Amino acid sequence: MCSLAKTLLAGMALLSTVTFASSYPEALNQLGRVATDAEVAAWDIDVRPDFKGLPVGSGSVEDGEAIWLDKCAVCHGDFGDSNEVFSPLVLGSITPEDMESGRVAALTDAAVVRTTLMKVATLSTIWDYINRAMPWNAPKSLEVDEVYALTAYLLHLGYIVEYDFVLSNENINDVQAQMPNRNGMTTDHGLWSVSGTPDVVGSGCTSDCKVDTTVTSFIPAYAMNAHGNLKDQVRDYGPFPGIQTAPESDAAEVAAPTNVIPEQALISNGCTGCHKQEGQLVGPSFNDIMARYKGQDAFEYLKGKVKNGGSGVWGSMAMPPMSQIDDSALQAIAEWLAADN
Amino acid sequence: MSDSSEHTQGHVRPAPESFIKPDLVASISAHGIDDERRGLLKGAFASALVAMTGKAVAGESDPNIVNVPEWSKILGKSVATNPYGLPSKYEANIIRRQSPGLTQTDQASVAFTPLQSMFGMITPSGLHFERHHQGWVDIDPSRHRFMINGLVKTPMVFTMEELMRMPSVSRMHFLECGANTALEWGNSAVPTVQYTHGMLSGSEWTGVPLSLLLERAGIDLAKAKYILAEGADGSSMTRTINIENALDDCIVAYGQNGEMIRPEQGYPLRLVVPGVQGVSWVKWLRRIEVGDQPYAAKDEASHYVDLMPDGMQRQYTAIQEAKSVITSPSGGQKLMNQGYYCVTGLAWSGRGVVKKVEVSADGGRNWHEARIEGPALPKMITRFNFDWVWKGEEALLQSRVTDSTGYVQPQRTELIAVRGTRSIYHNNAIQTWRVNQSGEVENVQLG
Repeated sequence: MCSLAKTLLAGMALLSTVTFASSYPEALNQLGRVATDAEVAAWDIDVRPDFKGLPVGSGSVEDGEAIWLDKCAVCHGDFGDSNEVFSPLVLGSITPEDMESGRVAALTDAAVVRTTLMKVATLSTIWDYINRAMPWNAPKSLEVDEVYALTAYLLHLGYIVEYDFVLSNENINDVQAQMPNRNGMTTDHGLWSVSGTPDVVGSGCTSDCKVDTTVTSFIPAYAMNAHGNLKDQVRDYGPFPGIQTAPESDAAEVAAPTNVIPEQALISNGCTGCHKQEGQLVGPSFNDIMARYKGQDAFEYLKGKVKNGGSGVWGSMAMPPMSQIDDSALQAIAEWLAADN
Repeated sequence: MSDSSEHTQGHVRPAPESFIKPDLVASISAHGIDDERRGLLKGAFASALVAMTGKAVAGESDPNIVNVPEWSKILGKSVATNPYGLPSKYEANIIRRQSPGLTQTDQASVAFTPLQSMFGMITPSGLHFERHHQGWVDIDPSRHRFMINGLVKTPMVFTMEELMRMPSVSRMHFLECGANTALEWGNSAVPTVQYTHGMLSGSEWTGVPLSLLLERAGIDLAKAKYILAEGADGSSMTRTINIENALDDCIVAYGQNGEMIRPEQGYPLRLVVPGVQGVSWVKWLRRIEVGDQPYAAKDEASHYVDLMPDGMQRQYTAIQEAKSVITSPSGGQKLMNQGYYCVTGLAWSGRGVVKKVEVSADGGRNWHEARIEGPALPKMITRFNFDWVWKGEEALLQSRVTDSTGYVQPQRTELIAVRGTRSIYHNNAIQTWRVNQSGEVENVQLG
């Protein structure tokens, strides 16, 4: 056992014998109440690496594929390898040798994108996260068996299980033993505990220190305006005004928008999770939608599309129904999209 | 920004040398001053003079003094015109900002705090950086519940009313995202301190000590080794926290800087884990589970793991080691003329108290002790100031903190020699700002 673990264990042993330093007012016991079994069951949904907390259930790769295409592919791509919205979940580089050793060798290769299956050591993490937080715009809407099926489909995309595999609480431990990077994590470092030992400490040298002061990196001139005009990001009367990084003429050329963007409605209803003003995100850009329906009196049509969702108009990715949207937000968004300017 | 002419007659006027084109400076450096270059230099100063003489020349009176300004001649606005006060309209530039292209969605994203424009050690709640994993929610406090379960005698439920009736503490602590300065591992990537260090704040947090609530539930101290904190939002984010931290100084907090925590910061309840990276300060906190094993949640098994050069990932990297940064002058700003400047910045340590801050103007060759301004509190940002006279030379400004454990903040080259450049999290290297001869300040890396 490493010395760090020993120290930690010694610390734990100490803690187990101490009592609380602060005095505890007995009358506090009137505040709070005992949680019912049903309440604990409703909220205690976490699944640990040893699968404590995992509910009984099962799901096949085949079922997972169908759910995936319906609910997940829109962000992650049909094969979980899209990087358009989130980092890719599968592929990257996992070799048969990695599967054998439990260490993904390509993690040392800066040219290989780190995918979820290359990084994650514990299968419980994937099950738990899908269960508590997915899909992106409708968390906690999946049934237990659907979570099993989706986990199975992901594992299949990562060549960890065959297409005819059915994942269940009975066999999940066996699959854990196949996780490609199962031995790729360490807690042997100084950042887990406040009393941990730092791995790098600076020099206390104060004069004539031997340091290389060659400038090896700076922001190139063409990129200085990539974060907007820096002059506008500080006070314009303080001791340190900002550098003018935008061309001086820019401000004059921007025409005031005539059709006001219903920004709040777009954000609070999650539209901006999949659409942006310009350029494809998950769905088409607002500009593209406006251009397509310009002059077509499409207000009612667009209202229906937002509320009920659909697919096939802009490609195969489905837009989920936005049934939660309130009428005034729906009105504002559809009016804005359908406006002639 | 539209009335810039007004400002050129005030204090901020460019120094004549700012009107010298960089190629002329280079040419003079290379060839010395000859007649041709002297002529060019004269021309530059002449144009500088034209730009400067607009209004306030020495001896001439300032119209802002001799003419009564409009605000001195009117009846001001009523009390409670803004029932919840707002900053002056002249402060519109001082806002949270996103780094374009950093994330594809605005819900799993970051908005950075404008450190370059702030004073002291408290971050105004409205400027506190935002980092969400699945968007932010505004929870009805009358329907919010807090549960403790796991290795306790009785699983308990508390309402906000009950929590706010319990003994409270108010503590000032820094909150830094583990990914602060993540963009800077490999090269200078972003132009200002807002984007390099702006996932940092200092606030006063008010709430119930977690240890008290754990005792109320009857925590099994013989078995408890970790707790899991869980949010009530869509992502229901979870993080494992060491029992060492949990019983020490964690707070189940509802107050931030004297008011309720802002929705973007977890209204009505968030966990405060002093000295530990922000992702563990679970927002919209609904549950604490006491356990005997770590939980390997998504944000401690897929993200927030630090990749080392040998391909191993450090898991449960929690503590934010000592770090400092000069906030003014900093990247994207400009020194308008030579002379005195108060170099100011922030220092903090997740392991204790800031003991010493030093400043170098020559890239770390020579260091001078800065003044610690205000109280230096445990696990809280600490303001430092340093008197500096700029004589127009190129300077490489750095700051370096030493904390109460004796730990000294490392140079970037020292840090990447051990950790490489791909670990994303926990970059606490010394930051360098280059002051060019023109007075412009930029983000650079050395060595």
